[in-house]
Amino acid sequence: MRYAEFRDPDSDLRRFQARLGVAGAFVLAAFALLLGRFAYLQLWQHDYYRTKAEDNRISIVPIAPNRGLILDRNGVVLARNESQYTLEINPRQVTDLEDTIAELGKVLEILPRDRNRFRKLRQEIKGAESLPIKTRLSDAEVARFAAHAYRFPGVEIKARLFRSYPYGATASHALGYIGRISDRDLERLEGEGLTANYKGSDFIGKNGVEASYERELHGTTGTAQVEIDAGGRGIRTLASTAPVAGNNLVLTLDIRLQEIAEQAFGGFRGALVAIEPATGDVLAFVSRPGFDPNLFVDGIDPQSWQALNEDPDKPLTNRALSGAYPPGSTVKPFMALMALQLGKRTPEQSISDPGYFTLPGVARPFRDWKAGGHGAVNLHRSIVVSCDTYYYGLAADTDIDQQHAFLSQLGFGSPSGIDIDGEKSGLLPSREWKRKRFKRPDEQKWYVGDSVSVGIGQGYFLATPLQLAYAAAILANNGVAYRPHVVSRVVDARTGAARQIEPQPARTVPLNPKWVNIVKAAMVDVTRPGGTAARAGAGALYTFAGKTGTAQVVAMKQGEKYDEKKVDERHRDHALFVAFAPAENPKIALGILVENGGHGSGTAAPIARTVLDYYLLGKVPERKPELDADAQDD
Amino acid sequence: MLQLAARAWDRLTESIDGTLMLLAVLIIALGLFTLYSAAYENPARMQAQFVNIGVALVAMWIAAQVPPQTLMRMAVPIYAVGLALLVAVALFGEVANGARRWLHVGVVRFQPSEIMKIAMPLMLAWYFQRREATLTARDYLVAALILAVPAALIARQPDLGTALLVLAAGFYVIFLAGLSWRLIVPVAALGAVGLIALIAFETQICHPDAVWPGIKAYQKARVCTLLDPSTDPLGRGFHIIQATIAVGSGGFTGKGWLQGTQTHLEFIPERSTDFIFAVFSEEFGLAGNAVLLVLYVALLARGFVIAAGAPTFFARLLAGAITLIFFTYAFVNMGMVSGILPVVGVPLPLVSYGGTALVTLFLGLGILMSIQKHRKLVQT
Repeated sequence: MRYAEFRDPDSDLRRFQARLGVAGAFVLAAFALLLGRFAYLQLWQHDYYRTKAEDNRISIVPIAPNRGLILDRNGVVLARNESQYTLEINPRQVTDLEDTIAELGKVLEILPRDRNRFRKLRQEIKGAESLPIKTRLSDAEVARFAAHAYRFPGVEIKARLFRSYPYGATASHALGYIGRISDRDLERLEGEGLTANYKGSDFIGKNGVEASYERELHGTTGTAQVEIDAGGRGIRTLASTAPVAGNNLVLTLDIRLQEIAEQAFGGFRGALVAIEPATGDVLAFVSRPGFDPNLFVDGIDPQSWQALNEDPDKPLTNRALSGAYPPGSTVKPFMALMALQLGKRTPEQSISDPGYFTLPGVARPFRDWKAGGHGAVNLHRSIVVSCDTYYYGLAADTDIDQQHAFLSQLGFGSPSGIDIDGEKSGLLPSREWKRKRFKRPDEQKWYVGDSVSVGIGQGYFLATPLQLAYAAAILANNGVAYRPHVVSRVVDARTGAARQIEPQPARTVPLNPKWVNIVKAAMVDVTRPGGTAARAGAGALYTFAGKTGTAQVVAMKQGEKYDEKKVDERHRDHALFVAFAPAENPKIALGILVENGGHGSGTAAPIARTVLDYYLLGKVPERKPELDADAQDD
Repeated sequence: MLQLAARAWDRLTESIDGTLMLLAVLIIALGLFTLYSAAYENPARMQAQFVNIGVALVAMWIAAQVPPQTLMRMAVPIYAVGLALLVAVALFGEVANGARRWLHVGVVRFQPSEIMKIAMPLMLAWYFQRREATLTARDYLVAALILAVPAALIARQPDLGTALLVLAAGFYVIFLAGLSWRLIVPVAALGAVGLIALIAFETQICHPDAVWPGIKAYQKARVCTLLDPSTDPLGRGFHIIQATIAVGSGGFTGKGWLQGTQTHLEFIPERSTDFIFAVFSEEFGLAGNAVLLVLYVALLARGFVIAAGAPTFFARLLAGAITLIFFTYAFVNMGMVSGILPVVGVPLPLVSYGGTALVTLFLGLGILMSIQKHRKLVQT
């Protein structure tokens, strides 16, 4: 087209207008598309987007309930909540944690233990929104941080309620402690379907009553519907349901009795459980040494944790509940009762004790603790002087499965069902147990010799201090067993309405009252002149029934004489004692274990005397009782 | 005295097209109400917007006084200056946010690409007017060159949004000048096929490892986020998701003026500028949207009428292109807010807060008014 055609202006105009028309149609089509899109979003999908917008703006914020208090049986507060300022970091809002902590250290004193605890918590609680870097700030520290707060986005001062245990280590193994909810706790809560109720909670019971009554103590989390902006800042509260505070617990423990019992141990390790026979109320629950539960409340620092864990005295072990010890001679009253019940012995039958016992076909004699023996011994005297030979013979005459059947009724070999988690069963041997326990056929067989050891509470026989107290309580209550429990009432914190934890008769052991009285009378004579605990019982103003016991820690070689003075302190025998008083109407039954305490009469029985004197007479010891680990009688 | 004032008013308004002015004022009024709600935490924006409107009205009035012939004479110099400034940007421009877009002139920092939005249709209209009698295929090639060079410079900055707008402006002129359908249809078909392919193979194309030749990562991200906003709900997808929620939750009647929760709880980003339509849509609903669309259609229709009645080829092309640019702003913005177009920085005409776009758009309206006013003068 080298040469331009002649163009008609009118046709040009028409063509332009046609093009304009196309453009106009395009415009209308495009706007129609928009209108269609608007109608789709605003009519068709309106409900969906309205919900989305509501979800955007409304956030459900949990309001954590106050944890229930724990009181002793007289209303003394053992665990309470204290408001404390904490300095907390939201790890998700802080880019360089180390740098921030270093900077914070210039404003406030951040101790290495604070840093370590923060690091430990960060590992344990992965998705945490807020973790404490420093707890229990003073007013001056709060003011100092507030002046610098603008420099620390993601770091906040928060007023938190902290669990506080005013009695420190006293009763620590019964109370337990709370700690921050760990990932493992979370998993468990998820399994129980309780995660929703713990949305706003930082702490959970880890141990003792704090753990076993977690559901009562925790309360119900409230919620607030808060309108939030895109930055997540709360604008206003639209609606809320108040949290319901956890229930208060009234324990069966008497904290004064508890303190006196703990002090009675002096420097010894061990355990004591005191039970009211007629109800199962646990009056004192001691495991020594204890620990300060306050250390755990805001997250224990790794140094303290390591110190507690590596302490050779194992303060974190609940000996009363999970320590399994050979019960030793403390089982003799129960064995005697069994023999009477089963007709294996009569009260009148008497043996002549040469100081040892032999079994046909067994070369090694079973020794009595008293070289040369006790001479003529009947059932009564066998308890009073703790004659081993009598019980060797008795056990040899009674089939192990019969022993198992009888003793298990007294609570041996199975958990008592106390309302604290972690209870061990101890070990009450039987044929079946031995068959399952061992692999080789000759090991699986039950020998009469095995029974003989069980007769004096040795051999395979293991019991917890709680089981000893429980058995003593069942005997004291003439065979009616009440499940031991440390919580007596659950009280609604708001209304004050109390729910009594009724004594639960676990079972009634069919005992002949005649035999029971014979055994009780023998136990009373144990604390009287001539008895093994005569020294501890001297001058008691009530009838004090008891039985001493000794448990070997290291097995003696054949013919070797046990000599306490030569034995390393930690290889010394454990001292045991079971007791109840007053014998005619028992108000309290005791199971006591003193680790490496030597003989029951020297250390365990005086502790019992101190506890009984306080509980029955209100007598407060003027000074610590003299515990004698070198006492010679069993 | 009263007579004097009346005569001054007549003199002042004689070049003003009443229909265009009325529609523009109605849209601006809606915009101010919306801005009042969107900028509740920043009342100074209202005052600033009033100043912007004042400045823009003055610019419109001045443009309305300039006869189309004068505009034609100015087309080449304006285009040349614009092109020179774009080259200057490429050489000495200031970098901000990873893009070289700004020129520093004394205290003012501005984007020369903005000039091209007006200069491009002016230049092309001028060119086609000159070649009117002898329009050949070669002329379309030259026009394509006039269009491509500045568009490429802007795209290189990179500022794909503005480049596309400039391209569109130029294309409108070429289209209205009578570009053969045989060229338009295949290109449009190719584009449509490409778009459908993009949507159909979104997962492969938008795979994080996929590299798009010649396209920056952020540009790829914009397209991909549009295709599936949920892949990045707190990042790039946030704008689209929250804007769509605002629009959808508005329903038929809207939540009411100042009652938009998405707006007032700050879920809508850029809510007084590029995303102001989300605010409008949330508070006034589908009914409000329809009213706004009708006002835009009426304004565009007036622009088309002016274009159709324009006396010269230059004036027709210019008027048609300006009207279509106005449409493009409106369509791209509302399409982007309602989630059918990628997020590009295009304001909602006469509604969004901001002086530059307002002045540019009112200049366009002024040119339309000038063309309307001078149509008889040229014919005689």
